[in-house]
Amino acid sequence: MRKLLFESLFRRPFTEKAPSPNDAAVTELATAVGHAARRRLGRSLSIREVDAGSCNGCELEIHALNNAYYDVERFGLRFVASPRHADVLMVTGPVTKNMREALQRTYDATPNPKWVVAIGDCARDGGCFAGSYAVVGGVSEVIPVDLHIAGCPPTPTAMLQGLLALLERVDAGAATS
Amino acid sequence: MLIDRIPGHRVEQHKPTPRVIVSAETWRMLTAELAAGRTTLFGLWGDAGQVHMALLEQGEIVVVTIECRDGKFPSVGQVHPPAIRLERAIKDLYGLESLDLRDRRPWLDHDRFGVKHPLGAHVEASPVSTPYQFLPSEGESLHQIAVGPVHAGIIEPGHFRFTVNGETVVRLEQRLGYVHKGIESLMAGTSIEKAARLAGRTSGDSTVAYALAFANAVEAAAEVQVPARAVFLRALMAELERLANHFGDIGAICNDASFVLMHAQTGILRERCLRAADVCFGHRLMMDRIVPGGLARDIAPEGQTHLRALIAEIRKVFPQLVELYDNTASLQDRTVSTGFVQPSLVRQYGAGGYVGRASGRAFDARHNLKYPPYDQLSLDIPVLDAGDVDARVWIRIREVDQSLSLIEQIFDRLPRGPVCIGLNPAGSREGLGVAEAFRGDVLVWVSLEGDRIERCHLRDPSWFQWPLLEAAIENNIVADFPLCNKSFNCSYSGHDL
Repeated sequence: MRKLLFESLFRRPFTEKAPSPNDAAVTELATAVGHAARRRLGRSLSIREVDAGSCNGCELEIHALNNAYYDVERFGLRFVASPRHADVLMVTGPVTKNMREALQRTYDATPNPKWVVAIGDCARDGGCFAGSYAVVGGVSEVIPVDLHIAGCPPTPTAMLQGLLALLERVDAGAATS
Repeated sequence: MLIDRIPGHRVEQHKPTPRVIVSAETWRMLTAELAAGRTTLFGLWGDAGQVHMALLEQGEIVVVTIECRDGKFPSVGQVHPPAIRLERAIKDLYGLESLDLRDRRPWLDHDRFGVKHPLGAHVEASPVSTPYQFLPSEGESLHQIAVGPVHAGIIEPGHFRFTVNGETVVRLEQRLGYVHKGIESLMAGTSIEKAARLAGRTSGDSTVAYALAFANAVEAAAEVQVPARAVFLRALMAELERLANHFGDIGAICNDASFVLMHAQTGILRERCLRAADVCFGHRLMMDRIVPGGLARDIAPEGQTHLRALIAEIRKVFPQLVELYDNTASLQDRTVSTGFVQPSLVRQYGAGGYVGRASGRAFDARHNLKYPPYDQLSLDIPVLDAGDVDARVWIRIREVDQSLSLIEQIFDRLPRGPVCIGLNPAGSREGLGVAEAFRGDVLVWVSLEGDRIERCHLRDPSWFQWPLLEAAIENNIVADFPLCNKSFNCSYSGHDL
């Protein structure tokens, strides 16, 4: 049974099985992100995800980045378990007052150089939760943000596009400084 | 009938179930019935100067209300533990205090809001915060492991305090509330449209179920019937959401037992479901597609063909994965007999979803409350008695089959016609809505003043499941916690609100 599954996996990779323009774009995008990361960092890019108060919608789509269709790990993009291993903090949600300190501490625990990507509409300015007694607001209210990726939630493709944009900006910054 | 046993003043504008304002004496009698297991606690929430309690008995729901004198009410939690956290939350948000509850610790309020009782008197908080006291564990060679709120995986935040003896967990205590966003305060005074968006963002993985329960509540209050086509398409979305989540969960549980192959395979099926949702309804998670009055849009013309092809594909692939799960000894070794939950506890807490059904509680809102269109569809509710991680996996596996069949049934009898109707509510109205999310029953209670929300309460199924996770992990090893936790997959955001 398992052998059969393995064989079918090796025989028909999913990216080839259903080649739609969409899938091709994803592959292209993910490759580009990988190259840009290597140019800048000389290795793969480690991402630590922090939920600072989201509804969990963004987390579901970040998870999707790891499935067989997007499979970002092929390109050296890796989600890590500790901020101490991370280059990028991917932060979701409006920052709740109860999570503010935890987010700050996670940021402080991340070694330099580091970048912060705010994922989703809530992470920009609190989204539909702005104005609540329990919400601080967007991620940039608490820690410096390098890039916002819009969407509710952003699609995995939009997130890959965002990472690419971040790396290009970081590269441009390095060239001019 | 439950309603016949409850003396008090009946509130006429409450639909579709009755609401009764009761005396303290009746409240205590009902609390004793809960403790005796005659009825099940379905919800407990605060309001301006009063506390509401939803009770369930054999498919009948009754809401009872007690007026709080001097901001106090007789405790339910002191005699019926499932109410403890709900009472602590009521005190945090409304300042309404239960008279004799021994556990006086805050729950959602971490001393960070700047205000006390934000939905009640709204008083300025003192800047001094008091450290949270975890419950003590005493014994030889015990030590504590503190986990969270930021976890190692891509998951929501919460704090787990383990007391362990060597590898064995002696006690787990959860501390939640980190993602409290004040959703109910944001809803108060807002338009129905805005509140519907908030309801759909209470727990992102159950956005369809929440939007549905909210719409049910508002439509009940406004006394409107949505078009039949919308009713069927709503159920279609709910089943598609269930499929996607169950595939994700089955894989993630196996992944936490280091069986990555299953995770990869079910991840493919989950992604297919999300893509199908995008094709059919224009959003991968189907957010904001269900609105009070019907649907924001009809299913795309190619939707049916697309979904039928997906069902055929799942029917081809999924049985092989089930066989793989069943025949992999190393995986079974991890899941069978791990994280056992007593059937008596599940009944006491009225735990819904796979947590309840894996421990012998045969409750599914689709079946027991028969809300449309499920009254016209054939549905089997899988129930097991084993109560372990394995049983919670099997419930999900069986429910995948049911959801596939339901989608086909829906297509077979999908009526034509419009998918939305105007609401135009006037005056003071109240409504209650229930929907079966993938993890259990979601309850929404709404009070309308004209076309604005006066008060809305959303009760996630996790309220009655989180405490059972503390029981499930007892005497298991620390390394099995991720497995137990994932097999519950409780919502943080839905619980914290």
